Amino acid sequence: MKKTALNDTHLALGAKMVPFAGYEMPVSYEGVNAEHETVRNGVGVFDVSHMGEFLIEGPNALALIQKISSNDASKLTVGKAQYSCMPNETGGVVDDLIIYRVKEETYLLVVNAANIEKDWNHISKYNKEFGASMKDLSEGYSLLAIQGPKAVEAMQSLSAHDLSAINFYNFVVGDFAGIEHVIISATGYTGSGGFEIYCKNAEVQQVWDKVFEAGKAYGIKPIGLAARDTLRLEMGYCLYGNDIDDSTSPLEAGLGWITKFNKDFVNSDALALQKENGVSKKLVAFEMLEKAIPRQGYDIVADNTTVGTVTSGTMSPSLNKGIGLGYVPTNMAKPGTQIHIQIRKKTVPAQVVKLPFYKV
Amino acid sequence: MNIPSELKYTKDHEWVKIDGEVATVGITDFAQGELGDIVYVEVETLDETLDKDEVFGTVEAVKTVSDLFLPLSGEIIEFNESLEDEPEKVNSDPYGEGWMIKIKIANQEEVASLLSDADYKEVVGA
Repeated sequence: MKKTALNDTHLALGAKMVPFAGYEMPVSYEGVNAEHETVRNGVGVFDVSHMGEFLIEGPNALALIQKISSNDASKLTVGKAQYSCMPNETGGVVDDLIIYRVKEETYLLVVNAANIEKDWNHISKYNKEFGASMKDLSEGYSLLAIQGPKAVEAMQSLSAHDLSAINFYNFVVGDFAGIEHVIISATGYTGSGGFEIYCKNAEVQQVWDKVFEAGKAYGIKPIGLAARDTLRLEMGYCLYGNDIDDSTSPLEAGLGWITKFNKDFVNSDALALQKENGVSKKLVAFEMLEKAIPRQGYDIVADNTTVGTVTSGTMSPSLNKGIGLGYVPTNMAKPGTQIHIQIRKKTVPAQVVKLPFYKV
Repeated sequence: MNIPSELKYTKDHEWVKIDGEVATVGITDFAQGELGDIVYVEVETLDETLDKDEVFGTVEAVKTVSDLFLPLSGEIIEFNESLEDEPEKVNSDPYGEGWMIKIKIANQEEVASLLSDADYKEVVGA
């Protein structure tokens, strides 16, 4: 089991640790509901150092990235980041990721921890044609997500950069918490604003300590993976392995907005055809109409027939009702459509809704 | 971790308080801690007579759902309905206000099969 550089810190804070993607990770500290609330209304910090980071450099870096990713990376200027996904050759998704343009010919790809090896092999396979320089920085880099409406104000004293001037999906490389050359990125997986900070493992304890010192007056708290999941699900953000995987099309998953057909990429011809013909199923958001909690793997039922599967589900701490994502036939994907979720022996009514569940 | 000596336990992390022919059942402090914030306790077996180890309900935390197993054969004569509105009592007071059901014990001989507090401490490595 791998550990992040902050493992001892989490244990000292009394975190409940669980195995996740090969790492021992904090799933909760004081409790998922309280942590969720902290991020929605204040500021909280996640250690998500298990995430993978690849550096891709050279004259052909962009061409390689354009080939392997579905979004149009040519739109990126230095200092901008982009959400994207890597389609596979058979209609599914290798991984979803964020691409940062760090310098003219230098890109940072941030991928899911569980997929680091698979992604590396996939990209390497296509890089034979492009010959870009590829480095896997995952083992040496840490990532802190500082999230919540008070994040900007609470963290401003730690950097000479004007944090409020960093727009969503923009970043700067600069000083933070006494460390130089830190990536301060206005991204996150919570919908409540804030930053993600990339630094070296040897630096992260200092960053963590200073972040908590600066955030003390704002009630800053450590947040575990359990709240990370409830927060992202309230926004309807896809989780790889749940809502998207090697078999789900990005178009079915509602990722058409990051699938750009003005360029050639892996499986783009087949996906373009799928777009033209229309998808047969779609990932939808639904909320329970009775007190019940949908869970991954539960059947979605209509007219006593199983029509789909729940891919993510939870009790929403902000809305205090059961919410979920799941695939249904396209003719049932319209908001307002009544469906049912099979929960143990009961068939519980639910309704397809628009995202996000939680309006910030 | 709180493991009161006056209660009996099961390896499924339930506690049992024997009071003549009635047994009160809940989940242990260890169990609530492992589950995290409990958001729903569902018991739809009220007035039913079930065998020991049958599922009498489910407890849902934010992240997980777990079956509840009947520690003793008998009739489920009462459900703690206050948990419908305040399931968090299971976290805050697992041995008190967080109790779940009362059973009319069908077979007193089964009581001997329950674990003592010392046995349960071994189960959870306390």
